[in-house]
Amino acid sequence: MLLSPYPTIGERIRVTLLWLWGALVIAFLMVPILIPVPLSFNSGAFFVFPLEGFSTRWYEVVLGTDRWQTAIGNSLIIAFGTTALATALGTLTAIALSSEKFPARRIVMPLVISPLIVPVVITAVGSYLFYARVGLASTYVGIILAHTALASPFVVVTVGASLTGFDRNLMRAASISGAKPVVAFYRIMLPLILPGVLSGAAFAFVTSFDEVVVAQFLASANQRTMPLEMFIGLRERLSPAITAAATLMMLLSIILLVVANILTRRSVRKSKPTE
Amino acid sequence: MRTAPDTADAKSIAAAIRRSQTRERLRSFGLATPLLVLLLLSFGIPIAILLSRAIYDPTIANALPRTSVAMQSWSGNGIPDDETFNALAADLKANQQQGNISEFAKSLNARLPGARSQILKTARALDKEGVSDPASVVKSVPFWTSPATWSTIENGRHALTSFYLLSAVDLRWTADGSLERVPPEQAIFLRVFARTFLVAATVTLATLILGFPLAYLISSVPKTVGAILIIAVLLPFWTSILVRTAAWTVLLQKFGLVNDVLLWLGVTGTRLDLMYSRVGLIIAMTHIQLPFTLLPIYSVMRTIQPSQMRAAYSLGGRPLTSFLRVYLPQVVPGIMAGCLLTFILCLGYYITPALIGGAGDQLISNFIANYVNVELNWEMAAALSFILLVFTMALYAVFARVLGLDRLKPV
Repeated sequence: MLLSPYPTIGERIRVTLLWLWGALVIAFLMVPILIPVPLSFNSGAFFVFPLEGFSTRWYEVVLGTDRWQTAIGNSLIIAFGTTALATALGTLTAIALSSEKFPARRIVMPLVISPLIVPVVITAVGSYLFYARVGLASTYVGIILAHTALASPFVVVTVGASLTGFDRNLMRAASISGAKPVVAFYRIMLPLILPGVLSGAAFAFVTSFDEVVVAQFLASANQRTMPLEMFIGLRERLSPAITAAATLMMLLSIILLVVANILTRRSVRKSKPTE
Repeated sequence: MRTAPDTADAKSIAAAIRRSQTRERLRSFGLATPLLVLLLLSFGIPIAILLSRAIYDPTIANALPRTSVAMQSWSGNGIPDDETFNALAADLKANQQQGNISEFAKSLNARLPGARSQILKTARALDKEGVSDPASVVKSVPFWTSPATWSTIENGRHALTSFYLLSAVDLRWTADGSLERVPPEQAIFLRVFARTFLVAATVTLATLILGFPLAYLISSVPKTVGAILIIAVLLPFWTSILVRTAAWTVLLQKFGLVNDVLLWLGVTGTRLDLMYSRVGLIIAMTHIQLPFTLLPIYSVMRTIQPSQMRAAYSLGGRPLTSFLRVYLPQVVPGIMAGCLLTFILCLGYYITPALIGGAGDQLISNFIANYVNVELNWEMAAALSFILLVFTMALYAVFARVLGLDRLKPV
């Protein structure tokens, strides 16, 4: 309700200014993420407008050369590993935290979230030091473990949200009917919170797929991920191939997170107790 | 028909309930254990090990075992006795032969600039054939007869050290045991911390100025319009920091779109150098952080009923008064959450300053990475991490206590 039924002139001016400001801010938000798209289809080798002509040569570079193919492969290995681990452990933790019986909830929750708050350089440098001692440096396992720490908070939070409306009596009913806890989990709880779990998995995947700082410190030369190649490319030789890689990464994250968001909304709505 | 309750039965039932509750508590804790163990291994222990490097550095103590013993009788003034010089000569020679000398030289050089070449020179001289009086060989190098050298060794021979943490805030011990500021040409870190805070504060303010009116607009338009507008906030939010930083490196080029537009609008007459500048860095960081500030504000605003403002108007409140006295106080928790979150995250920025900032715009995380990657000085990287972490965690604690972690939902 921006305007009252009988707006004064001052009110009209204020609302117009508000719309104008809002439009400017939205342009500021959207233009930078849209700009790599046309540039990635430009046939020229420079990042300047006007565009020279339509071409998919930069996508051929990203999808067709060894360097980028290895990077995409590495990113997928690490992102799938992270997603599996973070989703499994994060879901279990969210279930534990949603129980009223959970001891020290007020301590555990901030701890689980803290990897999102601690500057990622500190996490990366610390992992580099520790993994070198235990033989995990330059291994996929090392990077996956570090990424799981960064990704699991998202799973705990999204699964936790879909559990707020979950009726615990269903689990009691299953138990009374003779179901063992594991059976009750798979047959009763998991189907109901599945949208939340999938949404958490999407967040975990995107977190790992986009991550560059930990990868920079932990990955050896043949474990470079896609964002790491981009980072190195941006530092060394600015090529339009980077805009193609950026467009691909952006598409992937946006598609996954749109799906995640729709799932979360649906799960929260579905699990709300009906009056 | 039941008679008086059997107290023994009641007790055993109470005990059974307690037992079952304890079991349930243990089971729920057991479910959380795998993640907690993983966080310990891939987050807790690594950070603890890193931080321990800030206060524990045994390099000098390990390199100079004989000298350490001999120095126990030293008064701490001037230079030590000949026995210590003999011990030092033996230690240096041993290091030279075992190939550890450069590590020791590097470690002492970090505390006393210029020490490296003197140490390497002395060690080479001692390792030659036919040195009859090693102590005099050492003494013939003026570096070893300077009291500053010996007070540095005295500090360094203790493995537990405050040297790096103090260096990280531009302080050092004097020979007589008091604290002083390091000379201006070495004092860099307080400036870097101040710069990090300044950039974080500027970005926070910019996101608030840009984001608050937009959040208000989105929360007051009809739902369908609001849904479209909020997507415009979420799409950049879901795009990775690296991709957005890459986009800004393209936009901020000398012949990039920002300069094109500024020139077309006639704001400037010439093309500006926005890449590798503070302005460019702040623009890019503001773009990345804007959704973080806006979304917590928006989530509070949409719970406020429009009828409240109408009530304020009908009671005779003028628009500004009604806004300030009725609307704003309710939004304050959202503003605090958004701004605090953005400020905390800005303190740890690394990618964007590395790619868009100039040499004078590098933030504290970039210095940490540089000490690890280029200078190989783990102790200094650890000390800077320690201080950055203290600030971050203190602000995080404020956030969790005052505002609650529920405001951190990833929308």
